[in-house]
Amino acid sequence: METLKAQKESKKKEKAIKITGAEAIIHCLLAEGVDLIYGYPGGAIMPVYDELYKFQDKLTHVLTRHEQGATHAAQGYARVSGKVGVAMATSGPGATNLVTGLADAQIDSTPVVCITGQVPRHLLGSDAFQETDIVGISTPVTKWNYQVTKASEIPEIMAKAFYIAKSGRPGPVLVDITKNAQFEELDFVYEKCTGVRSYKPVPEPDLKSIEAAAELINNAKKPYIVFGQGVILGHAEEELKALVEKAGIPAAWTILGLSALDTDHPLNVGMVGMHGNYGPNVLTNECDVLIAIGMRFDDRVTGNLDTYAKQAKVIHFEIDPAEINKNVKVDVAVLGNAKQTLDLLLPLVQPNEHKEWKAEFDKKYQIEYDEVIQKDINPTKQGLTMGEVVEQINVASQHKAVIVTDVGQHQMITCRYVKFKQSKSNITSGGLGTMGFALPAAIGAKMGAQEREVVAIIGDGGYQMTIQELGVIFQHNLAVKIVVLNNDHLGMVRQWQELFFESRYASTVMTNPDFVKIAEGYHIKSRRVAERGELKDAIEEMMASKEPYFLEVKVEKEDNVFPMIPSGASVSDIRLK
Amino acid sequence: MEKQWFTISVYAENNVGLLNRISGIFLKRHINIEGLNVSKSEIEHVSKFTIVVYTTEDWTRKIVGQIEKQIEVIKAFYHVDDEIIYQESALFKIASRLLFDERQIQNIIKESNSQIVTVSRDFFVLAKTGRRHEIDEMHDALEPYGIMQFVRSGRIAVTKAEMPITSILAEFQEQ
Repeated sequence: METLKAQKESKKKEKAIKITGAEAIIHCLLAEGVDLIYGYPGGAIMPVYDELYKFQDKLTHVLTRHEQGATHAAQGYARVSGKVGVAMATSGPGATNLVTGLADAQIDSTPVVCITGQVPRHLLGSDAFQETDIVGISTPVTKWNYQVTKASEIPEIMAKAFYIAKSGRPGPVLVDITKNAQFEELDFVYEKCTGVRSYKPVPEPDLKSIEAAAELINNAKKPYIVFGQGVILGHAEEELKALVEKAGIPAAWTILGLSALDTDHPLNVGMVGMHGNYGPNVLTNECDVLIAIGMRFDDRVTGNLDTYAKQAKVIHFEIDPAEINKNVKVDVAVLGNAKQTLDLLLPLVQPNEHKEWKAEFDKKYQIEYDEVIQKDINPTKQGLTMGEVVEQINVASQHKAVIVTDVGQHQMITCRYVKFKQSKSNITSGGLGTMGFALPAAIGAKMGAQEREVVAIIGDGGYQMTIQELGVIFQHNLAVKIVVLNNDHLGMVRQWQELFFESRYASTVMTNPDFVKIAEGYHIKSRRVAERGELKDAIEEMMASKEPYFLEVKVEKEDNVFPMIPSGASVSDIRLK
Repeated sequence: MEKQWFTISVYAENNVGLLNRISGIFLKRHINIEGLNVSKSEIEHVSKFTIVVYTTEDWTRKIVGQIEKQIEVIKAFYHVDDEIIYQESALFKIASRLLFDERQIQNIIKESNSQIVTVSRDFFVLAKTGRRHEIDEMHDALEPYGIMQFVRSGRIAVTKAEMPITSILAEFQEQ
């Protein structure tokens, strides 16, 4: 054994090349198939940037205008491409500016690797210039993080970082590298990581639980599927569709599950949650078997847990054992990758149709259509609605575009009305609700899916949180289409103030700048629409553009998003007005 | 659900920063760690964290799930006191004159089965190893006479049931 090990070691040494830590980082990235990174240089990461300069034909670095933009761009890239997004920053403020993106990627399970520079090892802990304990700060918002203080650690740690970020339930990883480790030389050999002994990314499927799930499904009179992003991350879109069709089960989605199943599929009944569709919420409390697939029963989905699906047997298909029984007590837990477990389930499920049960959803949809949807997408009142803008985008995009949203009313309206044919098309900040996410995420989405149309729909509030990233769109001439739905308010907070704080609009009214002029300052073609008559033409012009395009739509200032489950209420108490 | 004492045992790789990651999980749920001990375990290069909390079983189960999900954690368990053999240690620093002035002190020392570690002109130190309530009782008995300093260690515990860490590790390595 020992001699074998020694032989292996000496072989490894023969293959080794002597390079600096900084160059090693580039070789690691290339070995992981990375050709694009987002970042911002600074003192403690300069040796790596020096190498990026030398390797610029192989590795494109996109200079975002703020480090937060780098993480969100990496997220957008990862979400459309399924690959790991990479962001880089210097120590201190550079590193702390990554934190929001890390937290967003953590809660939305997005594979991202962030590399930060750190002060030299001998200065660690001395409150040196631009020193922050980013490993300490980022611990709660990363799947894994590590501080490299010796060049020799770089290959193994980088390999581990990529492996951990993308395996199992994906998530963000931060590697903090001291400046001395970037300058030092090492004998570089790269071996991809294939496992970490204390980490089991995907639980083995347990056939007994799958059989139990099949039995519940086969005996159900009113089965109901709620799926989340686990379907997309697990590449289980086909299996989900096959299950829905074979067993004739109505299926609804969480906002991160949106686009995993064609929005026009006859059994796709819509969105669950606070601003989801009426039927999917109300009927959660009428189904007899609730089949949750790759979702985590977030409070915005469940409302009051004490009254959530109490009548139903609950089956939970989930990759992360810590999610089982975390919020909703389940009857059958099926651990594993959704593609694998659904594939095993399918032959055990009997063909069925649940026409009467499906008709319940149709009836509820009609109620919602008459009360809410019609007024949103075909309004007769004077002011423009967000819904009609989304509807026009649907028409122009033919349901093929990647739609990136920020957070707030425009996000809920977009998720409610947008149409998708293809998976990995809905890019939004779900769990963290990060305003400012959309513009940089759209940059990443466009670079991760260059052949696709990318439309960022953003509110006037969130837009101004990361508006500086227009600089990237301009510099790289990225044909991102930006639609700002401007109601001159922080609309969602204003809505809550109206409904729950007696219309005391504390700090939600905004005096906005001339957004068109700002876009023009970045030489981005722009247009403003305030009249219904111009909307269709403006959207067609935008979609036809081969270049970046900015469209501001002045929408009604005080529209509300309905339906709505008031905070803490039951899903069956969803309000239509 | 009723709150009770739980001993959480975590087997993990011995890495800088892991304690921060684990304690953060308690912090997020606003649960105080009542006792903490980190040591090597029966397996080479594997550390054992022994954490004592007072909370509900439901929360303990969720916390253990979230601990176990950390990359460097091999396995985490939780137990109630009946399922483990455990010890805690405490030191009491007490003014030496009390040994002579207060007869009762000598009785407490005898009855509590504690040891005198050192005696000097000004103070003496008592060491007591035992279950949590035994230390609490001794503390309560001595308190009226004045305790100059008191400290209690983290809990150390072994389970009555088998801990299959070696086989879990072997399983990991087979993959």
